Amino acid sequence: MDKPTNNGAWLLVVPVVLLVAFNAVMPLMAVVNYSVQDIFGPGQAYWVGTEWYREVLGDTRLHEALLRQFLFSGLVLLIEIPLGVLIALAMPRRGWAVSLVLVILALPLLIPWNVIGTIWIIFTRPDIGLLGYSLNSLGIPFDHTASPLDAWITLMLMEVWHWTPLVVLLAYAGLKAIPEAFYQAAAIDGASAWKVFRYIQLPKMRGVLTIAVLLRFMDSFLIYAEPFVLTGGGPGNATTFPSIYLVKVALGQFDLGPAGAFSVIYFLIVLLFSWLFYQVLQNVGRGKAR
Amino acid sequence: MASITFEGVAHSYERHPRDERDFALKTLDASFENGGAYALLGPSGCGKTTLLNIISGLLRPTRGRVLYDDRDVTALPPARRNIAQVFQFPVIYDTMTVEQNLAFPLRNRGLAAAAIARRVAEVAEMLELEGVLRQRAAGLTADQKQKVSLGRGLVRVDVAAILLDEPLTVIDPQLKWLLRRKLKEVHARYGHTFVYVTHDQNEALTFADRVVVMYDGRIVQVGSPQDLFERPLHRFVGYFIGSPGMNFLPCHLAGNGLGIDGTEVVLGGAWFAEAASRPSARLELGIRPEHLEVLARPEPGSVEARLLRVEDLGNYKLVSAVLGPHRLFAKVPEGREIGGETVNLRFPPTRTRLYADDRLLV
Repeated sequence: MDKPTNNGAWLLVVPVVLLVAFNAVMPLMAVVNYSVQDIFGPGQAYWVGTEWYREVLGDTRLHEALLRQFLFSGLVLLIEIPLGVLIALAMPRRGWAVSLVLVILALPLLIPWNVIGTIWIIFTRPDIGLLGYSLNSLGIPFDHTASPLDAWITLMLMEVWHWTPLVVLLAYAGLKAIPEAFYQAAAIDGASAWKVFRYIQLPKMRGVLTIAVLLRFMDSFLIYAEPFVLTGGGPGNATTFPSIYLVKVALGQFDLGPAGAFSVIYFLIVLLFSWLFYQVLQNVGRGKAR
Repeated sequence: MASITFEGVAHSYERHPRDERDFALKTLDASFENGGAYALLGPSGCGKTTLLNIISGLLRPTRGRVLYDDRDVTALPPARRNIAQVFQFPVIYDTMTVEQNLAFPLRNRGLAAAAIARRVAEVAEMLELEGVLRQRAAGLTADQKQKVSLGRGLVRVDVAAILLDEPLTVIDPQLKWLLRRKLKEVHARYGHTFVYVTHDQNEALTFADRVVVMYDGRIVQVGSPQDLFERPLHRFVGYFIGSPGMNFLPCHLAGNGLGIDGTEVVLGGAWFAEAASRPSARLELGIRPEHLEVLARPEPGSVEARLLRVEDLGNYKLVSAVLGPHRLFAKVPEGREIGGETVNLRFPPTRTRLYADDRLLV
């Protein structure tokens, strides 16, 4: 290898390094800084080492919020990924209907997050909401402000309605990229519809589905605005997710130290699971055969 | 194994074709014999892939019937026609091993495991894939992948025909001839009817016993490679086959001979009587560069033309000359010295063809 080397070229990456430093590295380091100090006010900070971390790791309310979060993200992935793939498979492949379906699908994605919460509050209210009123009129008691289960159902419905279109769009793009010859060959080989899905469509969608899983996991794991608007974390603590708890601690109680420590842990959890998903999805069905 | 017959088959991609021009494939009556090696040869857009898809059942022709032997298969989908097809780009099932790929069509048809294993082993041996049977098909090279797609067709004992749609497009040049030879070997051993679509005349001429030349949605000639070379039935065949293609000289009736348009040259010969029978047709003389003789000195019947250039192509010399407004090519053997301002050309009567409105007269 005798590539020419010119260390001056490093100067070319300075702008992006500065940009990343200002919008990612420095805020993150500030959080790390808070997490190891006790701060009473400007200039009054004391080094506390790992105390906040020990406190946070022993906080049962945070444990509960984290468990809730895993349940929520797990449900999101289990529902949205298969549902998105199913809808993408059922979508028309050509003609005017394609544009129509795509526009309708994209609508939920275009609505600001806090507005989404408001829409669903109104939609599910037992007194005036279309869904809430209809259910209660049918004799099914439904009130997301009173029943934790109803709050979860509402939250899941809202989440699925809001984000499944993203999975559909990704899966649809993956499906459209499969050359016609694969379907022709499968027809000639006498493959059933299930086998076409299992051996052609699913493997060819691997890339886009990896992206879909990562995006949906990260976004749902950090969910804040929608439950905050819809339930404010209640009833009780039923929908208090780590992000909501974090804001309560950091802003409500001004406990920057524990909030910083938890932010770092939160960040590491998201990072770890994203990496795990990526590794698994990249390698599934690809290892050396037998 | 079966013969394939087309009865009045025509296809249009328009929903409501109005006239001839809307048809990608014009009305066609033809028959491919059982066990023959056929090549469909023609430029892009000539209808060869359309015809192939009609044979395989991926397309249902707008008009006409397709028969395998005496069985009308026009309405049958590909899976029920018992054909195999190899596509331009290798189609393999990425997540399966080579072995699973080869077994796939048989498993789908519910064969017993022992029978499947026997067939797969036999085909793998034939295609020299034994070494990679347990590897994932996704990791193979392009030529091996094409062998796997061919193999998926060969494993089925009852295959009526094997269709190949430009299967060597993505193969490295040095491997092309190996794979082509393998195809011939497979044909010789199993005797399936092969239909091979290509726009490469070398592939068609080396692979097929019978070459079907297509042009503008029609079959213009079906013949052995030699027929196509010696007696092109259509001007297009003369032009398309050969490198360079046939020389064409527009001509007219002049006294007892044929006068070359734009020159004083009149050629006598047997063509005259035929030409006289078609006085209003557009007449052209056609001669292959291989057959056009370049003489050392003028002889009776020879024609003087201006020498344009001589290119040495290693195994022969290509002489370009100009006769009036017409450019002519001639191939002469290495070692002949050709120079000067002019050359003397002779059109041997047995090798010179006469075309009326693009079709061979004599």
